[in-house]
Amino acid sequence: MHKLPLVIGNRLWQLLPIIVLATFVVFALLHLVPGDPALVLAGDYASDERLAEIRKLYGFDQPLVVQYGLWLLQVVQGDLGRSLLSSQPVLEMILHRLPNTLLIATYALVVAAFVGIPLGVLAAARSGSRLDSFVTSIASLGVALPSFWLAMLLVLHFSLQLRLFPTTGAVYFTTDPLAAIHYATLPSLALAVGVIAELTRQVRSALLEVFNSQYIRTLRAKGLSRTAIVWQHGLRNISVTLLTLLGLQVNRLLSGAVVIEAVFAIPGVGTLVSYSAINKDFPVVQGVVLILVTMVILINLIVDIFSALLDPRVAEAS
Amino acid sequence: MNVLAQSHGRLTLPGENLLDIRNLCVFFRGDSGWLQMLKDVSLTVKPGEVVGLVGESGCGKSLTALSVLNLLPLRGCRRTGQILFEGEDLVPVSESGMRAIRGRRIGMIFQEPMSALDPVFTVGTQISETVLAHLNVSRKEADERTVEALANVGIASPRNVAAMYPMSLSGGMRQRVMIAIALICEPRLLIADEPTTALDVTIQAQIMDLLLELGSRTGIAILFITHNLGLVAESCSRMLTMYAGEIVEDGPVQDILARPLHPYTAGLLGSLPHRQARKSRLSSIPGRVPSITEMPSGCRFGPRCSYAEPECNAPQSLLPLGARHVRCRRHETLSLAGSGHE
Repeated sequence: MHKLPLVIGNRLWQLLPIIVLATFVVFALLHLVPGDPALVLAGDYASDERLAEIRKLYGFDQPLVVQYGLWLLQVVQGDLGRSLLSSQPVLEMILHRLPNTLLIATYALVVAAFVGIPLGVLAAARSGSRLDSFVTSIASLGVALPSFWLAMLLVLHFSLQLRLFPTTGAVYFTTDPLAAIHYATLPSLALAVGVIAELTRQVRSALLEVFNSQYIRTLRAKGLSRTAIVWQHGLRNISVTLLTLLGLQVNRLLSGAVVIEAVFAIPGVGTLVSYSAINKDFPVVQGVVLILVTMVILINLIVDIFSALLDPRVAEAS
Repeated sequence: MNVLAQSHGRLTLPGENLLDIRNLCVFFRGDSGWLQMLKDVSLTVKPGEVVGLVGESGCGKSLTALSVLNLLPLRGCRRTGQILFEGEDLVPVSESGMRAIRGRRIGMIFQEPMSALDPVFTVGTQISETVLAHLNVSRKEADERTVEALANVGIASPRNVAAMYPMSLSGGMRQRVMIAIALICEPRLLIADEPTTALDVTIQAQIMDLLLELGSRTGIAILFITHNLGLVAESCSRMLTMYAGEIVEDGPVQDILARPLHPYTAGLLGSLPHRQARKSRLSSIPGRVPSITEMPSGCRFGPRCSYAEPECNAPQSLLPLGARHVRCRRHETLSLAGSGHE
């Protein structure tokens, strides 16, 4: 494991161009909108004096690269600008809503991992059996189901008919953890189903590949139990695939949250970004995208580090 | 006799067979019914004996080895006949019953040491988990036995190697690790399926020497599966030749090498490189092994045999001949060349 610092160093080094590119794209968001960004920011019916003022205020009269540098400098200091609508600092708005989004995303991921991984393992361990074909077909269905439709079904059944869960809204985790989880259950389940299906399918196929390896025959020849072979050796051998997969699912959950938050009227980052986009509040959209991109990059870094920890071959390769 | 009375730990009586395979047949499920992969395979291994099982690729020798431990695919596979190990028939034993035998009473090593070890566990873990699966010992005790086992297979710094992953070891070292795994629970029988085939020639000799030395030191019996007759000549006391899923010849190695009775065995001997001195070039057996779906009804070697007569198209049985057996009706009239050495 002495190679680990090297792995982390390597990955950070490789991340640098990605960070520059990603932040530049986020910055350029405003400039990609057709027309003059000052016009965009000023809104309709602005006077010429107001436009000139905005150009000066936002530095639009300077070259793009200089503007990017200045913007990046501000971002690093934690200044993401102010909302055009409410004049609140963007960072504050995001941080205020982020916990709600993180709660349903994490909740969904945990549920999906605890259901999807065992289902995939079971299907692979009994491949060709009726259980396997049942699990596989349900998983195919789960991949195809749109989450918002599922969300509406869940609301219809569990909150309107059985009255087990609230239909809309959210409670802050810090205010009341139990109530927060209660409110987050239906949105998380709606999000989780797709991830469960994906995990089940991928875990099953990755494990089946492992089961065909020669070393599995050695393990049987040693007299190890089926349980030890499947859960210790099988899972450990697919752990890198699994981690990568979980990392990708986080990205999927964060984008899925936009729709689900809208369905359940949750004041999260998703509703913030859709509301801001509709109302052309560009600094807010920019800020949210920046935060999400940063989170995705960080998650990928964590996945890489853990992969190196779990599989000696990954550490060797880098 | 009651099966329970003769199970675990019972010492085999002198002259009694440790492993006694009787009329083993193995079938795989094909697209149109069952395909017979092995036909009436019978072989015996006495305690402490080294027996060679020889044949071309695909003749069923590895399948025979895998059948003993029932390491065949879990589905679409059927065995008939008897596999008596220490007097107990292993064919009807359940999967969980077989677990107590695999690695504990019968050890097994395979051809490809590069892919036979789990890549993401350390060598030490892969050895000690075998101990923990079978013997009631503490983890510390298991670790000590692991280091000891690695030292026994000739690994110089066993403690360091135990902490390594298979990818940092050479093929020869990995095969030593495989041997350590197979022998750590002190089984009475080791099945070695082409243990040296994938290795360099110099390493092959080292591994063979190690196996034979361990065999004579611990008194373990070895069923040695190979296509290399030279190795059999050097290491085994008895040998069996397999062809197309059948045993065709069986007897003491010296007798067979001096005077093979089956044309197929003679053909294998003829393709040994050390005859090159007397012949201008290596001989080879013409033709190929018949496919499982178009097996001849008579002698299975018939189509490739240069001594075949019309009468050979009738089914051939394994004929006893003193200490030997041969599946050839013409064995008395043929005078086949031996290996010429010894």
